[in-house]
Amino acid sequence: MDTQAATTMIDRRNSAQVWSWLAEVPDPEIPVISVVDLGIVRDVAWHGDECVVTITPTYSGCPAMTVIADAITQALREHGIESVRLQTQLSPAWTTDWMSEDGKRKLKAYGIAPPAEQVIDISGLRSDAAAASAISRKRPALVVVCPHCGSSRTRITSQFGSTPCKALYRCDDCLEPFDYFKCH
Amino acid sequence: MANDKFTNDKFNYLLRLGDTALVLSQQLSKWCGKGPALEEDMALTNVALDLIGQARMWLSYAAEIEGAGRDEDQLAFLRDAHQFRNFLLVEQPNGNYADTLVRQFFFDAWHYFYLGALKQSSDQRIAEIAEKSLKEVTYHLRRSGDLVVRLGDGTELSRSKVQTAVNALWPYTGEMFKADALDDAMTAVGIAPDPASLRAAWLDHVAEIFAEATLTMPAPDAWMQKGGKQGVHTEHLGYLLAEMQFLQRAYPGAQW
Repeated sequence: MDTQAATTMIDRRNSAQVWSWLAEVPDPEIPVISVVDLGIVRDVAWHGDECVVTITPTYSGCPAMTVIADAITQALREHGIESVRLQTQLSPAWTTDWMSEDGKRKLKAYGIAPPAEQVIDISGLRSDAAAASAISRKRPALVVVCPHCGSSRTRITSQFGSTPCKALYRCDDCLEPFDYFKCH
Repeated sequence: MANDKFTNDKFNYLLRLGDTALVLSQQLSKWCGKGPALEEDMALTNVALDLIGQARMWLSYAAEIEGAGRDEDQLAFLRDAHQFRNFLLVEQPNGNYADTLVRQFFFDAWHYFYLGALKQSSDQRIAEIAEKSLKEVTYHLRRSGDLVVRLGDGTELSRSKVQTAVNALWPYTGEMFKADALDDAMTAVGIAPDPASLRAAWLDHVAEIFAEATLTMPAPDAWMQKGGKQGVHTEHLGYLLAEMQFLQRAYPGAQW
């Protein structure tokens, strides 16, 4: 189908179509989940003929963001949208709460334990005591389930893994190391 | 060039935040491939990556406020040491691993409490960058605190190295909490918290970690270094910038 024909078929009042296309754009670091599963696409809007996609960075220095922006633009162009504009939104800051249930399932099947604890709720932290609890060594340890064998007997080996969004864990039952997608 | 005082103050204030993140990121990146363990190597470079991202956000905003046609890259690569506004603490050498770790722990703890307060900034953009950064810094501080305990309450040798680093770096912590006229100007309009107001929470956290790490806390009222925030630096910054800025100085405008 040529671009001209595709363009005439796009219903500009219907951003659901655009969302479904974005749901096929893979995350460059973890290709089993899409940028929509990851929760980084915050809004899709039409300004005349221009499609404006609002994205939010996962981590400030995440080098994948440029690749993600390019992939989104390219995917929409391939679907016949000629004018695509990406805009970045910082607030509210990205949280793993926005990750879809489907995305979490796919992560687990891929061998990465999905986010397990409640998000670090810093929005309500006003008092010194509350702020200190998020960083206290007495904070409750979270239970991360091994994506390989399902055991809860796991331990953290490092707060940081191969990408900023992951931590390194080890399973005490099957003895396999694995990545854990950190709560954020 | 911005000429009214408020704009100029805000520009310089943003440089303090951006330069501090940038310089520490550069220091940490020197450990890449040389960390004492694979996990530590990855942790240091992850933290460096978060900090470079934060530095970009602060310096981009600084460049916009300045309105002189510069961008974040020009601010990072084409200013000299006396134009940098980072804390003296973050330009201190990597030294041995205890030196790197203690520098990080002192900074992370300040960063955590400072960003928590900065989220209430009257400047929306600053509040948003602080909100974003705080999530990352929470993990930085958990790691550096855990490791201070592990090495402090470790072997006789590891404890002694950490204690030596604590004693050597302590005089560089005062600057983080000492307000000058620029801090006062920002506090007066609700852009920034009074740095002194965060000192009690910082001291409490450091004391709690040190107690578990069996480390001795230096006297809080000890004599403290200052000058970084005003552009008066130790000799270390010049060497760091020479390495960091070489490419853009030798090949102006070079693109990756």
